Amino acid sequence: MIEAAEATNHDAPLLRAEGIRRDFPLPRTTLFGPRPVRRALRGVDLTLKVGGSVGIVGESGSGKSTLVRILLGLDRATAGTVTFRGRPIAPGRRRDLQWFRREAQIVLQDPLSSLDPRLRVASIIAEPLRCLAVDEDHDARIDEVLTAVGLEPDMRDRYPHEFSGGQQQRIAIARAIAPRPAVLVGDEPVSSLDVSVRAQILDLLGRLAAEHDLSLILVSHDLGVVRYLCEDVLVLHDGAVAESGRAEDVLGRPQAEYTRQLVAAVPRLPRPTVASSEY
Amino acid sequence: MTIDTEPTLLAVTDLVVDFGAGAVVDRVSFVMQPGDRVGIIGESGSGKTLTALSVVGLAPDSASVTGSVRWHGQELLGRSDRELSRLRGEAIAMVFQNPMTSLNPVMRVGRQIAEPLRLHHGLSRSAAGAAAVELCRRVGLPDPAHAARAYPHQLSGGQRQRVGIAIALACRPALLITDEPTTALDVTVQAEVLALLHDLIEERDAALLFITHDVALVSGITDHLLVMRKGTIVEEGPTAQLVAAPQHPYTAQLIAAARATALEDA
Repeated sequence: MIEAAEATNHDAPLLRAEGIRRDFPLPRTTLFGPRPVRRALRGVDLTLKVGGSVGIVGESGSGKSTLVRILLGLDRATAGTVTFRGRPIAPGRRRDLQWFRREAQIVLQDPLSSLDPRLRVASIIAEPLRCLAVDEDHDARIDEVLTAVGLEPDMRDRYPHEFSGGQQQRIAIARAIAPRPAVLVGDEPVSSLDVSVRAQILDLLGRLAAEHDLSLILVSHDLGVVRYLCEDVLVLHDGAVAESGRAEDVLGRPQAEYTRQLVAAVPRLPRPTVASSEY
Repeated sequence: MTIDTEPTLLAVTDLVVDFGAGAVVDRVSFVMQPGDRVGIIGESGSGKTLTALSVVGLAPDSASVTGSVRWHGQELLGRSDRELSRLRGEAIAMVFQNPMTSLNPVMRVGRQIAEPLRLHHGLSRSAAGAAAVELCRRVGLPDPAHAARAYPHQLSGGQRQRVGIAIALACRPALLITDEPTTALDVTVQAEVLALLHDLIEERDAALLFITHDVALVSGITDHLLVMRKGTIVEEGPTAQLVAAPQHPYTAQLIAAARATALEDA
């Protein structure tokens, strides 16, 4: 981590969610009775500190994606508030949240569906710069972010399909960091990648966070991935926080019964017999 | 088919699969004895799935498959689909990754489990139906009689994969081939399905060919491991030994990468 001059600021919350509830109305089952409701989130709190990293883990249907949508102002909470540096975030007119879109960017699971196949790499990365009216030399910025994610600037004229899965995810990351966001959200960013590429992308995210003063939110079903990259973790179960705290503690010595089951279910590797120097 | 002439269950020798642009499976050889539990690990494009599909004659028509695949000493390559389909589902059965695509969406699951029993063992409709309910019970579906009447979409992902396992094991195959059977499942469900698979294999004395990209997963259920890369086997050996002390640089790299994001042993 970079020890910035504003070290005093480091405990200040960057992004904070308090008491988030989200109910989805379901189709009527009776003509006059109340509509049944699916309680996707039932009072979730989350704090992301400046320069911090929070992992959100949980199984399918636990509310991970709903929470991310609300954190990013893409969906409205039934109750509760989200604030970024103290300013409230809620979906509204397009212009109203433009300032926030510059501050928070996302990398999705499958780069092949999140990158427009008809655009060249340069146009893909320029898109957020243009849409968010970022006031700097777009061309220079494209070269800069391509280099930052470990690609060559002369790859800018190629199309997404010409790249491997890992390289495509690097392009998606380059696009996300182009507007110089303060928060980078990864929604299962390495789940579609081979294991040897997975660690490279995680290392890249960690390095970018340190070098560019980015705070991270990482959504994953893979506890090991969260343990690898995040300081803090939030375990979601059925729309509520089962346990939260430092990743080391929660995943190493889980207290809640649900977290214990989750951690116990992860397949383990037998210990190495020869000392492996790298890890 | 009467094919009980040789004790070796499966002998794959110099298997080559080619789509016309170079071999994607290149001279793969391995042997399985009855009851063996063998894993194939590899990354995407390593040829692990094609190897398994070629063993049972399910490689795409556009592929040329050469070499030799012997089942109890009898050559399977070049057999007609008709002959092979007698073997598939009875002596050799498969469980695939996504039960939503491998199950018939418009047929009750009980009937799908009963189908191989009627086809291969000639059971009557009612006998096969009763056996299907019993299999639903054995694979841990709640309320088996009710579950047998459900359609796949009415079941959860884990329950659907249990149905897939019930279908595969209905005829008591001597070899079960699974291709990423738990990849689409949540981790707690994965652990349950894996335990079920393990128990059933043990109980029925079936051999297992387990294909996956997940080193941790494969080390829990197999005794012998083949590591594939770009169509060839780069290393093989007893699973525990290979994972603990890989010899080939690629295996070492693969396992180190898996270890980096694995949880420590509790």
